[in-house]
Amino acid sequence: MSDPQHSGGSSAVLQASGLRPRSLMAGLAAAAVAVVAGLTIGPVDIAAHRVALQLLDGLPGLTIDSGLSDAHAAIVEQIRLPRVVLGLLVGATLSVSGATYQGAFRNPLADPYLLGIAAGAGLGATIAITSNLGDGAGVFDAVPLAAFAGALISVTVSYVAGHLGGRSTASLILAGIAVASFLTACQTYVLQANSDAFRQIFAWILGRIATSGWSEPALMLPYFVVTVAVVLRYRRALDVLAVGDEEAAALGLEPRRIRLVVVLAASLGAAAAVSVSGLIGFVGIIVPHTVRLAFGSSNRLVLPLSVLFGGAFMVLADLAARTALAPAELPIGVVTAFLGAPFFVLVLRTSRREIW
Amino acid sequence: MTPAVRVQHLDVTLDGTHVLRGVDLAASTGEWVNIIGPNGAGKTTLLRALLGLVAFDGEIAIEGLSDRRRSARARKVAYVPQTPVIPPGMRVADYVLLGRIPHRGVFAAETANDRRIAAEVLARLDLEGFGDRSVQSLSGGERQRAVMARALAQQADVLLLDEPTTALDLGHQQDVLELVDALRRERSLTVIATLHDLTLAARYGDRIAILARGRVAETGPPAEVLTVQNISEYFGASVRIVDDPEGPVIVPTTAASAQNGDQP
Repeated sequence: MSDPQHSGGSSAVLQASGLRPRSLMAGLAAAAVAVVAGLTIGPVDIAAHRVALQLLDGLPGLTIDSGLSDAHAAIVEQIRLPRVVLGLLVGATLSVSGATYQGAFRNPLADPYLLGIAAGAGLGATIAITSNLGDGAGVFDAVPLAAFAGALISVTVSYVAGHLGGRSTASLILAGIAVASFLTACQTYVLQANSDAFRQIFAWILGRIATSGWSEPALMLPYFVVTVAVVLRYRRALDVLAVGDEEAAALGLEPRRIRLVVVLAASLGAAAAVSVSGLIGFVGIIVPHTVRLAFGSSNRLVLPLSVLFGGAFMVLADLAARTALAPAELPIGVVTAFLGAPFFVLVLRTSRREIW
Repeated sequence: MTPAVRVQHLDVTLDGTHVLRGVDLAASTGEWVNIIGPNGAGKTTLLRALLGLVAFDGEIAIEGLSDRRRSARARKVAYVPQTPVIPPGMRVADYVLLGRIPHRGVFAAETANDRRIAAEVLARLDLEGFGDRSVQSLSGGERQRAVMARALAQQADVLLLDEPTTALDLGHQQDVLELVDALRRERSLTVIATLHDLTLAARYGDRIAILARGRVAETGPPAEVLTVQNISEYFGASVRIVDDPEGPVIVPTTAASAQNGDQP
């Protein structure tokens, strides 16, 4: 055993994990590429540099002639840009929520829907559609509102039931499964009684990034900001929770309080994402794990990079959804799994990192 | 002299079971007290009570600790659990730096001082150059030292060890206990440890407390506490005690040798 007096030389090499400039640049580059692709590719191809100029022109105090016709400028600004922004917000929120759930529950399979958000939102949307309260179009339609309410109710019930059953995270997860099963059964019952609405409900369940102007991105933005701000603030605390509640408490933390805060923040964001874009699966699990495999397991880098790569992934998936069978659109939930699964297997094969 | 740790009339009930009943225990600054006792005697519960992890009746006083918040306690008391949770994918550097959380809070970035302390502790435990390895990839002995490093990085006055040698071979058992002993002398650490190996408990540490059926049954220097009668009574074990200059050696006897009248 060496003498601490002579160990000063080693202090320079001890580095904590964190967001390095290189990984941050990689995330920003991925988001930028996705945005450019999302804005330029479509039924009408528009040159990337003109798109960039057009966007700069939109900034206050700048007047630049992009050379785009009014029609093309409108396509970029009124149709593609809101859709790209919504894709960024939804993808980032679902990914960072998934990463948060995985950290808070110390479970690699946790996704934003673990505590019944999907089932609650699904039941809410199903009831709204079958009662002819709305058709799912527009933000203030009854369908997204009912989905949002259903999602939040199911998370709350899961949380309360989980804590009645004990103090372990396992009891919380089991409560979430019970609540989800119950709500799914309710949804199936409502669906059976209204089989004419099958198609519409199915379309909602498979998810889509559809916008009518800026109302969807505007609605999603505050939830995205709150969710990301809260969970990023707790990124170090999530790293401590990785040693389990008992040891985290011995290190001076209040694990249950931390878990409550981050899970509520993640759930709020996921509920909002589900209510504007339906149930888009896969993203909340695959993006955080890809980030872990590529960059490391610390939540200090997994959470911020999940925001960037999650947004990029969703924009690209949406691009594929609207161009693969154009003019028809594929449900985005199909695309995320169809593209995401092989990609993830590739990452799993090539990475030598131990992540879980 | 005020004791570093003083436990009086400690009662703990877990799930309706009265686990500890009126436990009294004290350890003075720089002292090493080993808690021994049969399985289920409440040894781990006693350590958890000292950490503030279980509700209790009675009094636990840690010298210099008046703040009831967990973070304040974590600056005074460090803990090496019997089966630490090894976080998947976590680097050794990050793991040891967790020990600095009580000092800076969970929302702040680690300082240069935190990194220096963590590097020193790693070097002290012969884990220099392990910072970038994942904790999972370490061998049993290296892991145990990494957990110890995290506890030492807390720079607490009191170190609680729950069966620190269980997973280790004889050489590593000795290494870990020798290290704790050296640190105790360097830093006036107060050590409270639970140990199953009675000979090791006699060799390391100033005093032994036998915990049985939720009470401290005997307490005192090893040679006084580790008697054939006590071990028979509290452990239900039949042993011989061999006197050695460094302390009593506890040797299990077989039924056959007992029948041959080979009892002390």
